[in-house]
Amino acid sequence: MLAYTEKIRDIARRLLKECRVDLVIGFQKGSMPMMNEPCLIRRPEDTDRLVWDSSCGINLANYLTDRKEKIAVVAKGCDSRNIVTHIIENKIRRDQLYIVGVPCGGMIDKRRVAAVYDGEILEVGEKDGSVIIKGRGFDGVLKKEEVMQQNCTLCTHRNPVICDEWVADRVDEQTGVDRYADVRAVESMGAQEKWRHFEDLLAPCIRCYACRNACPLCYCPTCFVDESRPQWVGKSQDPVDVRTFHFLRAYHCAGRCTDCGACERACPVGINMRVFTKKLEKDCLDLFGWEAGLSLEERPPLDTYRANDPDDFIR
Amino acid sequence: MGIEPGRLQFSWVSSAESTKFVTVVREVTETIRALGPNQTFVKTMPKVA
Repeated sequence: MLAYTEKIRDIARRLLKECRVDLVIGFQKGSMPMMNEPCLIRRPEDTDRLVWDSSCGINLANYLTDRKEKIAVVAKGCDSRNIVTHIIENKIRRDQLYIVGVPCGGMIDKRRVAAVYDGEILEVGEKDGSVIIKGRGFDGVLKKEEVMQQNCTLCTHRNPVICDEWVADRVDEQTGVDRYADVRAVESMGAQEKWRHFEDLLAPCIRCYACRNACPLCYCPTCFVDESRPQWVGKSQDPVDVRTFHFLRAYHCAGRCTDCGACERACPVGINMRVFTKKLEKDCLDLFGWEAGLSLEERPPLDTYRANDPDDFIR
Repeated sequence: MGIEPGRLQFSWVSSAESTKFVTVVREVTETIRALGPNQTFVKTMPKVA
């Protein structure tokens, strides 16, 4: 996966030199280990900033909406499905994009890595499926599959679904993956138990909206939480307000979320809020047979009416 | 989501179906009265923003 860095840089350099695109969006190393940042490049000389490794977890489709230039964007499987959703929702046109597709082997979870060690981690490298850690006064080697992000362990769309140039050969998709085990566990709880479960899950939430800001789907000029006339949901940390925010955001992502994990990655207090969006994802699959971002032609379920839409909940 | 079943109900009633509307409203009111005051979606913190 690491040889991809050179290939991505070459592609970017070529595209900018030939003026095929005005802007390249990729990843660059961040100031902290395991936190790669988005990188917007307009000159061929800057392409050496681009990198690719297992810390490229953010979703670059977040930076595409409402842009007017021609853009080359580095896209993993999940990101490419969000790009399809953006095109369907008219936030960017297909002809503006040159998609540099990267078959993805999964991203590592910085919290899982940090949990293994006591001290400060200074540098994280990779080699052949191992994660090599250099810390303040300690070293370590971990198996990548043991510290991957949860959404990557359950991924069934590692290869980009839309692509103008492939960085490498397609990888095999995982099979036999049960994506909704944790959702079913919550579904089977009684009402009181669910309420307590959500109370505990969301207790650390400080309403920073990092999850919303990292999410490519959250592009509303005025988000429902920022609206004050009328104020749909309070801004306080009252458990009811916190729950309303998370539940409603999940509903706004229904049929659109690709489980890229950028929200959980961004959360400063480590809340696993993906259980909400995954519940909606499961419902869309069960009720409408729909998976987000797989087709440029089909309209999403919350966009279309079909005569056989489930309506047994209406008396 | 943790709200008791029965507290949230959906019905499709046209403005021309007045009898059905009355029936639905009466039944839903009875169901909610039986469930009692809402304990879950109630804000407890003093009013801030």
